[in-house]
Amino acid sequence: MSPVATADVDERAVRAALAEVADPEIPTVSIVDLGMVEDVRVGAEGIHVALLPTFVGCPALGIIRSAVEARLRAFHRPLEVRFEYRVPWTSDRITPDGRRKLRASGFAPPAPVAADTPVLVQLMTPVSCPHCGSQRTVLESAFGPTQCRAIYHCTACRQPFEAFKPV
Amino acid sequence: MTVAALPTAALGELLRSMADDEFVIGFSDSEWTGIAPLLEEDVAMSSLAQDELGHAAALYGLLGELGGEDPDALAYDRQPDAYRHCRLLDHGRGNWAMTIARRYLYDSADAVRLEALAGGAWEPLADLVGKLIREERYHRMHAGAWLERLARDGGEARTRLLLALRELQHDAATVFTSLPDEASLVESGILAAPMPELERRWRAAIGPTFADLDLPLPPAATRAERGRLDHGQAFRWLWDEFTSVRRSEPGVAW
Repeated sequence: MSPVATADVDERAVRAALAEVADPEIPTVSIVDLGMVEDVRVGAEGIHVALLPTFVGCPALGIIRSAVEARLRAFHRPLEVRFEYRVPWTSDRITPDGRRKLRASGFAPPAPVAADTPVLVQLMTPVSCPHCGSQRTVLESAFGPTQCRAIYHCTACRQPFEAFKPV
Repeated sequence: MTVAALPTAALGELLRSMADDEFVIGFSDSEWTGIAPLLEEDVAMSSLAQDELGHAAALYGLLGELGGEDPDALAYDRQPDAYRHCRLLDHGRGNWAMTIARRYLYDSADAVRLEALAGGAWEPLADLVGKLIREERYHRMHAGAWLERLARDGGEARTRLLLALRELQHDAATVFTSLPDEASLVESGILAAPMPELERRWRAAIGPTFADLDLPLPPAATRAERGRLDHGQAFRWLWDEFTSVRRSEPGVAW
């Protein structure tokens, strides 16, 4: 996290820095793992970052923006960090690496989103238990402790667990 | 769309009506936090309410950009009669059947309205709507599952649901209250069709479900032209609640 000389700033350096910004609710995954970084531009006038909110009403958005600004301040360039909806965030944007990290933290990653399939059918699609790997899991509730999570129960190892909602 | 061609006043009325709808139903439903009939529903209603308040904040944000107003001031600093939510949402929280009936009627109507705004000519709203549609699918699933459960249960659950639908029936269609200078929104491509057409689509959408569950389809709204005015005592009570913190220390940054 040492300050980088101005001449060294490029998009790759900024993206690498963003990969260090953790999700405030699941700190083992970064905002890059979650697919929240839509656009990074580095120009003469400064650094522009466009982020996609996972949910419009996510209360962590302000914290995420502050964390991004705090991390990028190390580049000593003017910053513009904004959330936008031009591209909707979907759970399909979570990277393979992000999925692996979620599972390791006890969260089941979401199944791929099929736009025409009703939400309930998608939620009933078996997800693998992050604890024992069994697919003998049942949906307990479509709503969990945060807007992006649903609650499941594993009938094999009898543990409850949370899964990212397909959105 | 160029700024000159933007029907700013009508667009402001549209954003205000949508933001106020989401804000009021969000606050109403948040009243279930801690006292819902099931623990899972406590969590569900809290999550739904959080979604709606977030949607309201995003819509107030667009309205603020359009008119140079502070989104927090739009949400909290108006007098009760300056809110433009539909009268359907003026009924107090009531019992669980009332909450489900109101949510089903509102969510199904909101879905039709959002579809009519998707891909619209004013990008900031069209972009946001694309995201809202994805989230609102969960709301419709929740309300639909409960409507069916209460209707098919028979007994007291069905009786209470029918009583709730009867109390709401004359205000059910007020989501589709015509907006001032609505024609300019349609002409400029922001809104796909005028409100009477959207109401027709809504009735076509919910008709099969109501028929299947043997529930009475709501009639046309009474005093339809005042469907977003004349907020009553239940809203006055809710307004007192949701502005109380803000009014306790005016001008303080929380």
